[in-house]
Formats: sequence, C-alpha cells, structure tokens
Amino acid sequence: MSASTLKIALVGNPNCGKTALFNQLTGGRQKVANYAGVTVERKEGRFTAPSGRVLQLLDLPGTYSFEANSPDEQITRDVCAGNYPGETPPDLIVCVADATNLRLHLRFVLEVKRLGRPVVLALNMMDTARQRGIVIDVPQLQERLGLPVVETIAVKRGGARALIERVDGEVPAAAPVQADDAASRADLHAQVRELLAATVTMPRATAVIDDALDRWTLHSVFGLMILAVVMFLVFQAVYSIGKPMTDLIGDGFGWMGAQAAALMPAGPLQSLVTDGLFGGIGTVLGFLPEILVLFLFIIVLEESGYLPRAAFLLDRLMLSVGLTGRSFIPLLSSFACAIPGIMGTRSIQDPRDRLATILIAPLMTCSARLPVYALLIGAFIPTRRVFGVFNLQGVVLFALYLAGILGAMAVGWVMKHIRRDKSEHALLMELPSYRLPKVRDVAIGLYERGAIFMKRLTGVILGLTILMWFISTFPSPPEGATGAAIEYSFAGYIGRALHYVFAPIGFNWQISLALIPAFAARETAVAALATVYLVGGEASGLGQALAGQISLASALSLLVWFAYAPQCMSTLAVIRRETDSWRNVAISFGYMFVLAYAASFVVYQVASALA
Amino acid sequence: MRLSELPKGSPAVVDRVDDAHASDPIAQRLRDLGFVDGEPLRVVAIGPMGGDPLLIQIGSTRFALRRAEAARVSVRVEVAA
Repeated sequence: MSASTLKIALVGNPNCGKTALFNQLTGGRQKVANYAGVTVERKEGRFTAPSGRVLQLLDLPGTYSFEANSPDEQITRDVCAGNYPGETPPDLIVCVADATNLRLHLRFVLEVKRLGRPVVLALNMMDTARQRGIVIDVPQLQERLGLPVVETIAVKRGGARALIERVDGEVPAAAPVQADDAASRADLHAQVRELLAATVTMPRATAVIDDALDRWTLHSVFGLMILAVVMFLVFQAVYSIGKPMTDLIGDGFGWMGAQAAALMPAGPLQSLVTDGLFGGIGTVLGFLPEILVLFLFIIVLEESGYLPRAAFLLDRLMLSVGLTGRSFIPLLSSFACAIPGIMGTRSIQDPRDRLATILIAPLMTCSARLPVYALLIGAFIPTRRVFGVFNLQGVVLFALYLAGILGAMAVGWVMKHIRRDKSEHALLMELPSYRLPKVRDVAIGLYERGAIFMKRLTGVILGLTILMWFISTFPSPPEGATGAAIEYSFAGYIGRALHYVFAPIGFNWQISLALIPAFAARETAVAALATVYLVGGEASGLGQALAGQISLASALSLLVWFAYAPQCMSTLAVIRRETDSWRNVAISFGYMFVLAYAASFVVYQVASALA
Repeated sequence: MRLSELPKGSPAVVDRVDDAHASDPIAQRLRDLGFVDGEPLRVVAIGPMGGDPLLIQIGSTRFALRRAEAARVSVRVEVAA
C-alpha cells in the first residue's frame, strides 16, 4: 500500500444511498468509464483527506449478495475479492447500509466481512432512521460486528464527516477469512437476527408515507392513470423542450457553416466545412438537448423511487413480449429519439432483457421520421373525413405509429421464442422508499450522461457524416451536366444500383438515392429528394413534384419502409457503443432491413393490385 | 401454502424456498434476500394486469416478485396466539 494514496471500494445493497455518498465525497471530480469488455459502469473519484492523504474512491455496482446473478454483481464481487483483472485490490472496503433497512443490508455486511479485508460500515440515512423512531445502539453494533461503524447522511452537507475521519485514520484490522458454503450462508440470517435483536429497535417496519403513496401509485386503476400522466409529461417535455433546442442547435450550426463558407472560395473544401463539418457537428450536438431532457426525467424518476413502481405496473405486459417492466421507459423515450432510449436501457440490469430492449427500441417512431411522414402524407393522402370525425391524414399518421409498436411487439415475441437462452430471468425487484431527489445528484448524473455521449459518440457520428458527405459530393458532375450534382456522385451510382434491390417494393432510382443520405439522419431524405427532383427547399413544391412522379402504391410503400427500416447510423453507432458488439449492430440492421423490405413489398404489391 | 396463493393483506410466515430445478439461482437469491424460515411477510399489492407481479412486504423491504418466483416460497399462515 502506498503511504500517500489509499484505495477505497464503496459497496452496498442497491438503494443504500451509496452513489449519493460517493457524490458527497468526490463532488464533481469523478471519472466514469466502462469495465473492459462489459458495459457495466466503472466510477472512480478522488478526494484529499484533512491529513493531506489522497483517497481514491471506487463506486462499485450495488449488489444484494456475492452469489452473483448479473455482470454488475460479478464485478463487485471480483473487485472486492481482489480477483478482477486490471484492478488492484482495495486497501479498504466501505460497506454502506441503509439504517432504515438493516434486516436486509446487514446480511451483505456480514458477507463482505468474510472476505477478510479491512471493512468500515457506514450507517447511511441516519436522519430518516431517527425521524422514523428507529434507535440503533451503534457502540454495541460495532462491538458485535467487530468492525468500525460510522453514521452518515449522504444527502446532507457535511453528512459524511465521520466517515472521512474514520477512513483517514488507521486502517482497521481485517477479520479472518471465512469459508463460503450453503450452511454458513444460511447462518448469516441467524446472525443478522441476533444483531438486530440486540442493537436495533424499530417502532414500525415501513415508513407511513411509503404505504400511503403506494396505495395510490400501485392501484390497479389509479396507478395506471398516474403512470399515464407521468409518461405523457415526459414525452411532452422531450418533444417540446428538447426538440426546439435541437432545431436551434441545427440552425445555429447551419448559420455558422454559412458564415464560414462566405470566407472561403466555392468548391469541395467549402462544402466539406459547411455540409460535412458544421452539418455533422450540428447533428451530433443536436441530440444532446433531447438526451439531457430525457435523462433529467429518468434520473428524477429513478432517484424518487417511482421508476420501479412503473416497472411493477407494466411488467406483465412487457413480459408477454419477452421484455421486462423496466424496458418501458427506454422504449417510450425512443419515440423522441432512439439514441437516448438506447442509452436509457442502462437502468435494466439483466443483460438479456437489456439487449432485447435495445434491439426493438429503433422501431418506435422517432421524431426524425415525422418530416418524411408529413411530406408523403401531405402529398398523397387526401384530407378526407373518416367516420365524420377523423381526418384521414391523421389516421394514416396514427397507423404508422401503431405499426411501429405492433412491429416491436411482434419482434420481441419472436426473439423470445428463438433465443437460445430460455431460462427464467427473475424480476425480483426491490421497491425502495420514496425520497426527494437531490439537485446535486441529479446534476452529476446528467453531467455524466452528457459527457459519455459527447466523448464516445462524437467521433463515430462525425466520421460517418463526413463519409456520407464525401460519397454524395464526389466525383463532381462533368462539364455541361444537366442533372443534380448528386446524380453523378458515388451516392448516385449506389442509388442506381440500389434501385435493382428496391424496384420490387416500388421505389424509383431517385427514392433509392435519397435513402443514402437518409441513413445519416432520416429527416435529410426530404432534402435529398428535393435535390434530385431539382425543386427548391419548399416542401409543398416537392410534394407536388412527388405526387406527379410516383404512384400512391410507391408512396405507401415508402411510408412503411420509413416505419421499419434501419436508417439512422447514429442509432447503430449507439448500439455498438452500448452493447460493445458489432454482432448486435449487424443483427439490428439485418432484421430491420428484412422487416421493412417484407412489409413494404406486401404494401406495394397489394396497393398496386387494388389501384 | 405457496406465497403465490396467499391472499392480499393476510400475514404469513416463510417456511422455506424450494428450488424449481437443480441449483436454481432465483431460489438462492430469494434466500439471500431474507426469504428464510420464520420471516413474517404479506402481499401488499397485486399487479394490474393478470394479477402479476406481486408486491411482497418482508421486514422493511418491498419486493416485486412474479408469480413464478413467488411459487418457490412456501409459507404458513400462523394464527395469532
């Protein structure tokens, strides 16, 4: 052990307030990364103790037991035991326990103690425990456990002072290593009971407020109504706060690109700067507001304890299509954009359920598909009334959203039946006490999400955007060319080649070509179609041009294509990042391509036959 | 009696957790979470769709269990003395 730095691992049951304690100790000075080869987060922070010693703090994933059930838990176990490759064993383990729920948390403390490493127990949420009239005889607990015990209030300024003083002092002696077998595991519960009987008095097992709130939030009727309202607000916020900011950023970068272009001679370099560089950065940054707004809600819902309640209400429905209750919020947010949705699957601990959610998230109709839908519906669907009340255009739009949801349910159901791992995956979810989210924890959580997005994705998305620019720009049209420049580019050639593939589903070569830039960002399909049809940026002009050029069957087929097709490379880049696997990227691209092609084929053939 | 059959609100005590198959990780996890002989519990809420999952109050903790998970827990209803 080095004299100047001390490596401390923070462990505890989920919901013990460990992360709040970590934030309290390290403030904003923390590094978030992934453990090598897995997508489990590794959080590390440093702080300087009053003695001048640097303390290196590792926040390990919450776990109920060292009998690990998930990759998160395996990492916690292996790091604590000093077995994790590339991670030096901790000098000291700080075990955090919720003082209001020692019956559950003390068992894990005993399990940690058996590792034979120096351990300090932090009794967290002591303020709540006192409010609820829970009395803990700390000296007695300390003596019986044979570990130093300190009291902490992670959510209060200075609430970790006792812990800092303790870890800054002498490292406590380690307990002897104890064997881990079934008999001794059962014995741990007996020890917990004895400890509780001797040191803790609890007037009431649960908080009155939790019982009162749960009576409403988990009610079969009111619970679902409350959930619907919450979800509506989240969706509205992402849409009405996030989207305008996204557009503002896009426009801002477009303007900056134009300013930069004015300083440069016309030519490929100018086009690279305006379309490739500023356009690309604008696209990447444009996702940020939606991601931040969504995560603001997810973090608040998670911190407040509501998220697991939502998962409880919806688990049955989601399970029937091979998912879990926790899949619901990432899927809902995918209606705004699949990227924050896929990042939001980090709240699903089970890796199989998480992957299933990631694979179907892009089928939710994201906001980027709307401009394409609006163009095609406006051009081809008459504004007729259906049943006297509904506008036919609105009905078609609704049908497209519904198609996405039904498609996702079908895909989930099929995946459930074809996957090799058919073992039962448990829900076994703790519904924690309700608490008011702390501004600092929400802010730090948001900062972490934003930083992950910016650091890990900027390169990929920017690179692909520049590649798309390149193939749509080069080679330049020959002298005296009459068509649009894009027709002569690599993209033009690829579009014409793709036409052979897409002819059976009713796409002409212009549409096939527009699908290429649409792969960078769906909404650019409109601009690309405008370019090839040589009309101005005005959507109405383009709508008329399209209506004159393609049949209704082709238009319907294109709408269905956009509902299912794997088009946005940013989404694929996020899947790559979040699952750490190209195989999953290939699977999502492949199945969506097949699904979109098959659905469009049926629609085109049926519509052509009826016409 | 199985925990999955316990009516909502009636107090009971855990008897044991049975493995659904050899080395059942879900059963082991239930034991680790405190579903051990003599622990009092009750069903506090039932999911709105098809009565699944169940919300179980055990000690100070509330766990959501699917019926298949709850079926592993054998409980007895103790008449208050």
